Amino acid sequence: MAIFVDQNTKVIVQGLTGGQGKYHGLRNKAYGTQVVAGVTPGKGGTDVEGIPVYNSVAEAVGATGATASFVTVPPKAASAAILEAAAAGITFIVCITEGIPAQDEARTYNTLVRDYPKVRLLGPNCPGIISPGKCNIGITAGEIAELPSAKGPNVGIVSRSGTLTYQALYELKQRGIGVSTCVGIGGDPVPGTSFIDCLREFQADPETHAIIMIGEIGGSAEEEAAEFIKANVTKPMSAYIAGVTAPAGKKMGHAGAIVSGGKGTAQGKMDALRAAGVKVGQNPTEAGSLMAEIVAGLK
Amino acid sequence: MDLFEYQGKQYFARYDIPVSRGNVAVTVDEAVAAADAAGYPVVVKAQVQVGGRGKAGGIKLANDAAEVRTHAGNILGMDIKGHVVKRVWVENASDIAEEYYASFTLDRGAKKHLLMLSKEGGVEIEEVAATNPAAILMLHIDPVDGLNAAAAMKAAIDAKIPEKAQQGVADILVKLYRCFVEGDCDLAEINPLILKPTGEVHALDAKVSLDANADFRHPEWEEFKATEELDAREKLAREKGLQYIGLEGTVGIIANGAGLAMSTLDVVNQVGGTAANFLDIGGGANADLMAGALEVINSDKAVKSIFINIFGGITRGEEVAKGIVEALGRVDLRAPIVIRLDGTNAEEGREILKNAGIPESKLTSKPTMLEAAEAAVALAK
Repeated sequence: MAIFVDQNTKVIVQGLTGGQGKYHGLRNKAYGTQVVAGVTPGKGGTDVEGIPVYNSVAEAVGATGATASFVTVPPKAASAAILEAAAAGITFIVCITEGIPAQDEARTYNTLVRDYPKVRLLGPNCPGIISPGKCNIGITAGEIAELPSAKGPNVGIVSRSGTLTYQALYELKQRGIGVSTCVGIGGDPVPGTSFIDCLREFQADPETHAIIMIGEIGGSAEEEAAEFIKANVTKPMSAYIAGVTAPAGKKMGHAGAIVSGGKGTAQGKMDALRAAGVKVGQNPTEAGSLMAEIVAGLK
Repeated sequence: MDLFEYQGKQYFARYDIPVSRGNVAVTVDEAVAAADAAGYPVVVKAQVQVGGRGKAGGIKLANDAAEVRTHAGNILGMDIKGHVVKRVWVENASDIAEEYYASFTLDRGAKKHLLMLSKEGGVEIEEVAATNPAAILMLHIDPVDGLNAAAAMKAAIDAKIPEKAQQGVADILVKLYRCFVEGDCDLAEINPLILKPTGEVHALDAKVSLDANADFRHPEWEEFKATEELDAREKLAREKGLQYIGLEGTVGIIANGAGLAMSTLDVVNQVGGTAANFLDIGGGANADLMAGALEVINSDKAVKSIFINIFGGITRGEEVAKGIVEALGRVDLRAPIVIRLDGTNAEEGREILKNAGIPESKLTSKPTMLEAAEAAVALAK
């Protein structure tokens, strides 16, 4: 088992003929992911190293039965690409595009919620998702992910930051701890998938025995996750929050300060997670060591 | 990108939000000309992106040209909490009957737009929120629906805006919302939103923060970028396409990815050091980017050591190492480098660094983030 994606997931790549799309799409395929088609308007009928390209997501889905899409198109076109995938029957969309305007993200997210409630969007601006040995959608280097072991214990990872997602994978690999699924939810203002969505799935997944969560300053997603953990998560967890010493954000004025209402600092997030029973490390390595202790206790 | 008040007002005017007649001035003579055009009395306002201008003497009423000359002369060049006043905004003075507050922003938690409206404006809204939260109406707006005239009117009524001002406030809310959405603002705030004795509702101040990601569809933002206040290091970094924030410490930081860069700051702090900057070199840490990053760090005289923290995911370790070696050939560094290189092909990368013939006084390699931080901090002391 794993969450969201596994060896049976059929994936299309929107933007497969672009530089990034080709590079990562082929890497995902080489990892063993079922990359069954690409979509680029105007390039239907061609192929990328044997992967057929279609003009629209609807055509690609009709021909292959794909249920997941990897969206790697420029910021201007990303919102339309996400909505096209949803309309064509894709139910799991991973968007790695960085730099989408916040207003577009807000409109796209709320359109999905209203018109396509069964569709899950991961990202935008996220590294993607990997269920080691089964499926890798996005930009994670598959070789840094430790395969899950049949008898466990295995760990689920959920992270808001790209490179720290890799760091978390690496910390576990160094210690030989198997990973069930690693989800990078991305750090944009309106992420399609939240910590809570992932925690709920990990809690329900029999192959996941413990969970690492990597957060960062800003917003209140970690505090909300802490509330959820307290009430719903029985699996042991370790965590790390980046940005204890980061300068106060210059971005928002008064309105932002009120919305967060004192929430958003690294200390506040760490306190909230500790109060929910999560072991919190001062750096990614410490979060890894804490997880190693947890896993040793589960064996 | 945060706008100055005068830019915010110019931006508001594009969306037909009523603002005072006025102009911006960088010299005393220009201020007098602006006052003559706006009509006396005028208010001369320092243009700085920091609160408390009024208390610092940066906002003055002037009844004639001589007074404008005096006040503009005093305010231009004034230091307000470390911000030197380079421009003043001179506008026709408004009579004020009442002061309200209105803003739109994105509520990340709810993933919806948020309107905040209060009949108690003109003061710090945080204070109102702390002492009398019931005085602020908070209304979530679904970005798919938007805000129509009827909903804006209802908001004005619910916020207990006096009846005589409700229609005027509702009109401005609809326009301000359009400015927020179509204008791609992270924040669009009016404080105070005033009611004049003559009955009109009017934006007396403007606080606007723009979403840099929407830059591609706003050619009109060019003029705002020209006045952005960055320190010399930040300017250089921007030219090189790097994510950089200047800080006060002595350890220069280069990392790939914002999260890892933040984490690097944390670790330096944990082992007793202070970071001179935040610098995210991004995914492809090639020689050009690395050379650019080292140049920016090198321009900071406070830097005593440089901590390069790279985790190779897509970026392979040997490419990073080659980039560093090449960059060192191009930039003559004043401070020694400590590098931690991990992840994909890190071994090969470390091997390249070892065999490049760089003396250990200039570059040392450490296997973990913590050890590298300790070494960098020791060198900075």
